[in-house]
Amino acid sequence: MADTAELESFRAEARAWLEENLPPSIKGVDLAMAQQAGIEPEGEGALWKKRMGEKGWGTPTWPKAYGGGGLSKEEAKVLQQEMNRAGARNPIGGMGVMMFGPTLLEYGNEEQKQRHIPPIVRGEIRWCQGYSEPNAGSDLASLQTRAEDKGDHFLVNGQKIWTSGAQWAHWCFCLVRTDKTRKHEGISFLLIDMKSPGVEVRPIMMISGHSPFCETFFTDVKVPKENLVGPLNGGWTIGKRLLQFERQGLGGGGGGAGRGGEMRPLEDVAKSYIGTDEKGRLADPDLRARLTEHLMHQRAFMLTLQRSQQESKSNQGPSTATSIMKNVGSKVIQDRAELLIEIMGQQGLGWEGDGYSGSELASARAWLGGKAVTIYGGSTEIQNNVIAKRMLGLLDHQ
Amino acid sequence: MAVLTEEQTMLRDAAKAWVAEKSPVTAFRKVRDSGAAYDPAVWKEMCEMGWAGIIVPEEYGGSGLDLMTLGLVLEETGRTLTASPLFNTALVATSALLLAGSEAQKQAWLPKFASGEATGTLAVDEGPHHAPSKITLEAKKAGSGFVLNGKKAFVADGATADVIVVAAKTAGGITLFLVPGNAKGLSRQALKAVDSRGVANLSFDNVELGADAALGAVDGGAATLEALLDRARAGLAAEMLGACAQSFDVTLEYLKTRVQFGQVIGTFQALQHRAAKMFTDLELTRSCVEAALTAIDKNANDVPALVSLAKARASELWHLVSNEMVQMHGGIGMTDAHDAGLYLKRARVAEAAFGGAAFHRDRYATLMGY
Repeated sequence: MADTAELESFRAEARAWLEENLPPSIKGVDLAMAQQAGIEPEGEGALWKKRMGEKGWGTPTWPKAYGGGGLSKEEAKVLQQEMNRAGARNPIGGMGVMMFGPTLLEYGNEEQKQRHIPPIVRGEIRWCQGYSEPNAGSDLASLQTRAEDKGDHFLVNGQKIWTSGAQWAHWCFCLVRTDKTRKHEGISFLLIDMKSPGVEVRPIMMISGHSPFCETFFTDVKVPKENLVGPLNGGWTIGKRLLQFERQGLGGGGGGAGRGGEMRPLEDVAKSYIGTDEKGRLADPDLRARLTEHLMHQRAFMLTLQRSQQESKSNQGPSTATSIMKNVGSKVIQDRAELLIEIMGQQGLGWEGDGYSGSELASARAWLGGKAVTIYGGSTEIQNNVIAKRMLGLLDHQ
Repeated sequence: MAVLTEEQTMLRDAAKAWVAEKSPVTAFRKVRDSGAAYDPAVWKEMCEMGWAGIIVPEEYGGSGLDLMTLGLVLEETGRTLTASPLFNTALVATSALLLAGSEAQKQAWLPKFASGEATGTLAVDEGPHHAPSKITLEAKKAGSGFVLNGKKAFVADGATADVIVVAAKTAGGITLFLVPGNAKGLSRQALKAVDSRGVANLSFDNVELGADAALGAVDGGAATLEALLDRARAGLAAEMLGACAQSFDVTLEYLKTRVQFGQVIGTFQALQHRAAKMFTDLELTRSCVEAALTAIDKNANDVPALVSLAKARASELWHLVSNEMVQMHGGIGMTDAHDAGLYLKRARVAEAAFGGAAFHRDRYATLMGY
């Protein structure tokens, strides 16, 4: 579709700004991923992040009043196109951007928005999610972490688990129990400063060698009353809204998010590690065939994403294709990770240290970490059960 | 299912209803048992509904609709294995004329195709595997015309078509020719393949053609042939998608009714997960087929890649679903009385036609530059 005159002029503006402000060394570099592992960019990376943060374009559609880009959806789309064109990747990310910010913009009071949104826009504050507990997984509303009203503050006691990035987080948005007599209506949405006395974080070591998840313990943690978002005992609605933002973010998985390690297209990586024959084909015909199967599967997945979006937008009702997305998307991610280390051979199996490039080491870790995607958010087996029952009408075994 | 126009929805629904009533699998079975390639009465009805002229422009007696629309009808006829000249005439031969035909050639054939008065087909391959880059049938200049010598293999509707689009090697490249089915020197050997459709080997022994038989530029047919093949592949993929959907529906129904160990076998998780995989692959393939047809209609620049994606996935899918159809039905699925065998046999022929999964994976990789 052709741009309107306004969009055309915005496109020119975005292109010029990116040309001027994107440091060449940062082209194609994903800074957001490293930050999720607690690593702050340095040098030109830090400069790029600062510029994007000040411009508000890391959160392009958020209101200008809180430092956001203030762009319309159409303008944000144009910005993304221009960023893709320039090889610019958004350095501002994390749970603050994906989930907490949009929720606070809807439910927070003016003071809370003024205080918490601008640091998210600039990528200065990392947030973590205090939802799951050892005995509250799928049945989240049975959570038991208590927040007692002590007059001028809440006193929080309890334990959270699978708190992604808690060890690097400055703040935690938390679901806590403020009324023991009611289930859903006894939950409140509380913001907790991770530096508060009584907060203890224990990272859980995973096979990737990383600890993206933690156990987080709260022992007599004092939380000021002003950190309550929304009404007392009204946290469930807010918490559910946040989950909607989370799932939107997880959507499109196989398209890009969740990929790690070497970022170049797989076929280019394969050419550089394996070489080509006299006709320009990958020198390993078996790998070439399997690589092609993967790339075609990925294309089919992307086309299905597009189709289900178009169908959902039309008046045909929800698309039947939606039910397959989790399994197909997670398979695309894992197949890519497996192919990547196979293409790299022994170079792709380094753990750490000299002898391996950064992207090789990252590819090995992404391969291991990627095993999570067929487990979380409903495992592949659970999703197949769901398809069999809901889509195909097959019955439970008696 | 793609978001359809009102016209497309009407035609699709009409096709669905007609196929269920007039052309169920039992009709195909009768045709097979009679030894014919198709039932002329059924084909006549299809033509009367205008299906033969779906993509033929109105000035030549057709409806002037797009390939996506024809694909919707092919999907429905594919569901019940309807045997007819629809694909080879209304899609393949018609597309050849639309892509490269002169005004006189279009006038001569398109109205006849649209009305069902004549049928056509395409002859490209010369061996058991799809290989458009290995054409050896030769057309030599002779006076103002040409003389053709060589062979074509496994030409669908080859024994019955009134006109055959023949891809031949000429002095400076590939040239397409319109060869009448009754041309002197052309011998047609009808074959009996597993899918009981009309297919033939053709032998060209000094077949003389006038200059006006060349379809498009002499020596310049390679690009037209690729475009034509892509239309054929996408259309066939649509027909295969319909057959896959039907194979799956029939199998799913069996899982819900067959009782063993005191319960329907569809309650067993081992079968549920295999059914879920087929459903998943069906959804993915549908996206690819619709994207390929749409790309052709929009004249997009990634037509070749999307078409190879669609044909490869449709071939893989039907391979899987046809095997599962037999396996999940157990012994009954092995009997001639059950439809599973008819789908299995047609599946393999459709997979091989215009290139199977391996051919299109290789082509996809080459198109992507590795």
